[in-house]
Amino acid sequence: MGWMLALAFGATAALIAVPLVIRHLVDGPVRQREPGAIPALGALVLAFGVTEALLVFFRRWMQTASALGMETAIRHDLYRHLQRLPVAFHDQWPSGQLLSRATSDLAVLRRFLSFGLIFGIVNTTTYIAVIVLLLRLHWPLGLAVAVSAVPIIVVSKRVFSQYLTAARRMQDLQGELATLVESAAQGIRVIKAFGRHQHIGRQFAANARDLHDTAMAKTRVLASCWSKLDLIPNLTLGLMLAVGAIEVAGGRLTVGGLVAFVALQTALLWPVQSIGWIIANGQEAMTAADRVYEVLDVRPAITDRRTARAVDPATVRGRVRFERVGFAYPSAGSSPRSAVLSEVSLDIAPGETVAIVGATGSGKTSLVSLLPRTHDPTTGRVTIDDRDIRDYTLDSLRSIVGVAFEEPTLFSMSVRENLALGCHGTSHSALAEAIDIAQAGFVYDLPQGLDTRIGEQGHSLSGGQRQRLALARAVLGRPRVLVLDDPLSALDVHTEALVETALAAALRDTTAIIVVHRPSTIALAGRVALLMDGTITAVGTHSHLMATIPAYRAVLSATVGTEEAR
Amino acid sequence: MSRRRVDPPGSALVRLRTASRRLLWSLLRPHRRALLLAVMLLLAQNLAGMAGPYLIKIGIDQGIPALTGSGRDATVLAVTAGLFALASAIEYAGKRGFMLLYGRIGQSALLDLRQRVFDHFQRLSMSFHERYTSGRMVSRLTSDMDSIAELTDGGLNELVVAALSVVSVAGVLLWLDPPLAAVTMLSFPFLLVLSRWFQLASARAYRRTRETVARLIVHFVESLDGIRAVQAFRREGRNEQIFEGANEDYRRANLTALRSIAILSPGIMLIGNVTLAVVLTYGGYRVLHGQLEIGVLTAFLLYLRRFFDPMQQLSQFYNSLQSATAALEKLADVLGRRPGVPEPPRPVALPRHRARGQLRLDNVQFGYRADQLILPALDLVVPAGQTLALVGTTGGGKTTIARLIARFYDPLDGAVSIDGVDLRHLSERDLRRSIVMVTQENYLFAGTIADNIRFGRPSASLDEIAQAAKAIGAATFIDALPDAYRTRVHRRGGRLSAGQRQLVAFARAFLADPAVLILDEATSSLDIPSERLVQRALRTIMSDRTAVVIAHRLSTVEIADRVLVLDRGRIVEDGRPTDLVAAGGRYADLHRQWLNSLG
Repeated sequence: MGWMLALAFGATAALIAVPLVIRHLVDGPVRQREPGAIPALGALVLAFGVTEALLVFFRRWMQTASALGMETAIRHDLYRHLQRLPVAFHDQWPSGQLLSRATSDLAVLRRFLSFGLIFGIVNTTTYIAVIVLLLRLHWPLGLAVAVSAVPIIVVSKRVFSQYLTAARRMQDLQGELATLVESAAQGIRVIKAFGRHQHIGRQFAANARDLHDTAMAKTRVLASCWSKLDLIPNLTLGLMLAVGAIEVAGGRLTVGGLVAFVALQTALLWPVQSIGWIIANGQEAMTAADRVYEVLDVRPAITDRRTARAVDPATVRGRVRFERVGFAYPSAGSSPRSAVLSEVSLDIAPGETVAIVGATGSGKTSLVSLLPRTHDPTTGRVTIDDRDIRDYTLDSLRSIVGVAFEEPTLFSMSVRENLALGCHGTSHSALAEAIDIAQAGFVYDLPQGLDTRIGEQGHSLSGGQRQRLALARAVLGRPRVLVLDDPLSALDVHTEALVETALAAALRDTTAIIVVHRPSTIALAGRVALLMDGTITAVGTHSHLMATIPAYRAVLSATVGTEEAR
Repeated sequence: MSRRRVDPPGSALVRLRTASRRLLWSLLRPHRRALLLAVMLLLAQNLAGMAGPYLIKIGIDQGIPALTGSGRDATVLAVTAGLFALASAIEYAGKRGFMLLYGRIGQSALLDLRQRVFDHFQRLSMSFHERYTSGRMVSRLTSDMDSIAELTDGGLNELVVAALSVVSVAGVLLWLDPPLAAVTMLSFPFLLVLSRWFQLASARAYRRTRETVARLIVHFVESLDGIRAVQAFRREGRNEQIFEGANEDYRRANLTALRSIAILSPGIMLIGNVTLAVVLTYGGYRVLHGQLEIGVLTAFLLYLRRFFDPMQQLSQFYNSLQSATAALEKLADVLGRRPGVPEPPRPVALPRHRARGQLRLDNVQFGYRADQLILPALDLVVPAGQTLALVGTTGGGKTTIARLIARFYDPLDGAVSIDGVDLRHLSERDLRRSIVMVTQENYLFAGTIADNIRFGRPSASLDEIAQAAKAIGAATFIDALPDAYRTRVHRRGGRLSAGQRQLVAFARAFLADPAVLILDEATSSLDIPSERLVQRALRTIMSDRTAVVIAHRLSTVEIADRVLVLDRGRIVEDGRPTDLVAAGGRYADLHRQWLNSLG
């Protein structure tokens, strides 16, 4: 920064020096008819001119690198931070809003850092320096120029307040538009299936129209301000000329002095005209920084406690306990926090498999999401081997716990990478074993086998195939604790039976919690816990619960359903 | 043409640039009158601005002598000052008017472009979207638009001002003093060479920034949308590495681009300053020898500033233009793609106002890749009102048939028709009103639950929405939510479970009330009580329309009038479910397995 300023000041000094040399030339050699001094003074002007260009070049060359470096670094920090923010944060922030911060806003900041900031300082300094020079050349005229700063300040102040609101609104709208675009891109199948191009197109149009109107409001402010900032120094120049002429006539000013005066005054044109631009640029940068820090300042709610320790997964026995666990999602807006889970207690022995059964909305997914600390409980605690899971480092906890979600998330990369994700150095045999358990052998038949890039959201794979890959990912590396959230829903009966057999063998010494929607999957579990309205109301074997608990039967018995439906 | 061929890699790039230029022109065409007016305002502003130095010359050369002379005549000076004030006022009005007008033109062109690209994306076929990916679409409509928007911030004025300055200042200089003007013009070849170099270097560099930023955006969006999996599987570290790579590539591309402007701008300055020094020295000699007035020299020096300063700004504009051109190239490429499943230019109307829903597949051949046929030759007639279930192993072609009926794809050979009209001849409106498909993807849009259900029929009232939810069995859970129908959801679904989202998707389809309803594994993520509810609702829903159902849970298949068992794109069994069970073929096997799984 210091360097940049030094270079910028050097260039400006060279710029200002030129009119002074010109004055010498006009008042000296030209007046006094001494041609001898002309080449030297010409060379001096040349030297200053070349210096100015060189200094500007060095500054821009270096500044480009440093401003870009800063932009890149902040973007990196932002991304790293976002990856560490919990799912609850991402549930509330559409990725379009985050994206517009990482791209548009950071670009605005970079532009300010590479131009606005420097010129803001340099031009203000130039302005003052020139005025001081003018005052020394001829103080009444200099004073007139100095006074012209008053209307400039008035105009600038007005922009300041008007522009800020428009700029912020503009940037927010850009984020909204990005969100809309994203959902239109990702929901394209649904849009096509219902033929809703026009519907979603209208939403887009309304949004784009808003953006247009805001941009126009910005333009109006700028047009009014910039044109005035042109007018003020011009009028000052005219006034100076008139007064200057009178002064020359009165012999109080030389002609060369007046010429230099005029030349110096024109050196002021750009600093004044640029004020409007710099203010606009600065305010955009301010709001951009606000928006970026709005995200960067969010403290990750789920982090390593100071007492957290890493453990070697091999030493974990895998006893899992939920101790009077309560959970509520953070409130969004006005709605009150409604408890999803309350007083949930469950003790799972090492190597045991427990199924969680419950009606839609009873809190099954929320319950199992506590184990990998996707969310933290609001009250009570979850332990593994009698230690609060918050006392494990996140990294080691998540290496102990393997998860397959209700909805398989696949990334656009190779099958191999999709399976391994964060697991470094996964051996070929481990991969083969996981693929085997999940009955995902179809991957070997893909065009490039395990190296086949599977499309965004695994578009080219069927729902059942995606689910099997997600299952293979969960069992890969043989985690001590396995969490499966309705992992087989999209499989056909035949494949489901095969997966279950393989899984049963694999689960022999793994602690597993499986959210189950169908009786066919229950066979994997020794015990079943019935979850109703956020509390566990019964625990026991499937046949026992079937026989004794009518609510359990209602949730799980298909025969009741089909009979009723008939 | 060959003169324009600047990029060695050749014709593809040239075509791309021609396409982007054509796109730019098509955006500006509707505004050509306004554009003309804007240019005129700009001319007024600049002519007024130009008059300034000349008036100063008169002030010094004639006003001062008149004032010092015997008559002490201040008229010349007063008139000059007055004219100067007038010129300033014109400059002010011209600038303000121009900025407003130009802003309006730029912003509406931008709005037009946004909408055009968005609409075109929507029209392009599924096969396009599957390859293009949503991240790149986002990149096109955000980051690329940003760099084009920069052009509307400032732009044309610099271009016009610079062109104007070069011509008019050159004219004025020639008129003031031809020898000095000739010296000034020695700088032209240097300027030309410099800007030509910049054009080549920056075009390449900016093209690269567009590509690298798209990659960055794709990774950014994808990894944040899958954040659950990222965190659960400790992918953060690796993701960070990938992001860092993309970020670094983008930085490098930007650095190259910005460094070319860091050379251009001081380069112009250098040429300008050298010219100034030469003019000053030469002019000084001429004044000395009485060949030139001091006032003329002063005006000359001022004009030189007016000459090179706009060039300086022009270089900034040139930079934005190059960046925008690279973005325009990308957009022109998208706009140039023809929809793979196009709407007919002259659609055929359905025989009756509302489709009855008779489906017919005649000798349909299809494969996603030409060398891999999924359906070799399929013939199928589904009478109106029938509920047809498709059963078979993965890769049998069930989903493909569903997609063909929904016209996500067109068959390679043969035809799919509804009520005797080829789907390819139906308007998009008629097609989508008649045929609706629900998949297990159950995407929810950012908005409320009501918005998402309303998607089935945008004109539906809140009451109708609630009724649809009730009919499908979704009302219970929706009513239990804190904000009921006004609960906000988005893609990641927030609080909704997969089953709940599926119910919302069903309500959406119910509200759409199509003649043909296709369910592709739409019931798989429902739990048993929900499925029971939906099953009951489906019976009602399907009773008065044609339905094509794909489900591996045979509970859904059992309510069908007819079952097709598919194997490698061919129909191997066809009949009523009860008949097929009795016949003891493949369907009977599946049915037995299913009964066993119910435990």
